[in-house]
Amino acid sequence: MSETVTLTIDGKDISGIKGETIVQAAKRAGIYIPTLCDFDGVTSPGTCRVCTVKVDGRAAAACKTRVAEGAVVECDTPELNELRKMLIEMLFVEGNHFCPACEKSGNCDLQALAYRFAMMAPRFDYEFPDREIEARPKKLMIDRNRCVLCQRCVQSILTENDEPLFTVSNRGNKAIIEIDVKKADGIDDELAQKAMDICPVGAIIRKRKGFSEPIGTRKYDKTVIGSDIQG
Amino acid sequence: MSKKVVATTSLAGCFGCHMSLLDIDERILDLIELVEFNKSPIDDIKTFTKRCDIGLIEGGCCNTENVHVLKYFRENCDTLIAFGECAIMGGLPAMRNNVDLQECLAEAYLTGPTTRNANPKKIIPNDDEIPQILNRVVPCQEIVKIDYYLPGCPPRADLIWLAVSALVTGNPLELPYEVIKFD
Ligand code: SF4
Ligand code: SF4
Repeated sequence: MSETVTLTIDGKDISGIKGETIVQAAKRAGIYIPTLCDFDGVTSPGTCRVCTVKVDGRAAAACKTRVAEGAVVECDTPELNELRKMLIEMLFVEGNHFCPACEKSGNCDLQALAYRFAMMAPRFDYEFPDREIEARPKKLMIDRNRCVLCQRCVQSILTENDEPLFTVSNRGNKAIIEIDVKKADGIDDELAQKAMDICPVGAIIRKRKGFSEPIGTRKYDKTVIGSDIQG
Repeated sequence: MSKKVVATTSLAGCFGCHMSLLDIDERILDLIELVEFNKSPIDDIKTFTKRCDIGLIEGGCCNTENVHVLKYFRENCDTLIAFGECAIMGGLPAMRNNVDLQECLAEAYLTGPTTRNANPKKIIPNDDEIPQILNRVVPCQEIVKIDYYLPGCPPRADLIWLAVSALVTGNPLELPYEVIKFD
């Protein structure tokens, strides 16, 4: 039997299973901790820091921090929500997010977080970075203008031979996502769709599939991100 | 209570935000009870004739005239609202921000499919009377102080209505989830 621990999140007692993350335990208890790069709750890349909470007074990424007996977690506080909003704003100005022209608009987790935190405009100046689009693969394209370098695609999209399709080149603010064009042309539609779905933003796009859902029926048009976990 | 005075302008925008303003439908009758319009394309008043309470700015700055008009609004309005994606972040016009200006102009006047054979003298307009195109499209808040932002492409009519009427009446503003959208 798995060992359980008791911790508190915003003063509420919850039980966690030893080894799981704070995000996972919170989710089972019906508490939403905003996340962006985390996708299955297990192998989160931990790149975005949107899930930052305070554990016993110290800031920590809730998607990477394991539950511990007696831990006191703060999540939904004005200070932390403002920090999260600021992180989201930074992601907007660091890329080129032209939402009105984006195939993912309405289904995008970054945009949905901005809606949740009522971001009217980022407090930072836009950088308008020069980013190249990789459009060679037949089924997919990578619009790096919208990539937040979460690395979900790198971790979870593997070919039949378990080889990664996406890789990271360069480091720091020069880092970019690359795709193996030859391998990409060998993938089936299902994997192409999985790649598009795993990308939290509109950086991985299936060709000839854009704008198929009318405004008003998309995932986040009427539904707040996280409301499936905490109403 | 005297009516609040509102001015509006469209800089490097498509007038979609103004169309959305008109999309408040019959509430426009309530609006004209609350405000009077001064300089605006809606009434075609070209220069400010009095101090304004609220200036609504559509579009970012893509040329010297946009910058001039934006500063003119800041001087004449107590509160400036950037409404729409273009005013806030440059919008679709800013998609040229990483393309060299010469290349943009050449595409528009010399090499593009609709001008390739229609401009035999290869003229790129450069008369002194014509505003100069800026090297990149600049969001409004990089030129003047902006007080409030209403996102959307265009901003939902309900967002414009709720925000402007709250500002005019001084009532608290509560925005439903559906009205804050970036597309
Ligand atoms: S990826 Fe998301 S935030 Fe970026 S432009 Fe597309 S919809 Fe907007
Ligand atoms: S392409 Fe998408 S999934 Fe891959 S790192 Fe960029 S944002 Fe993340």
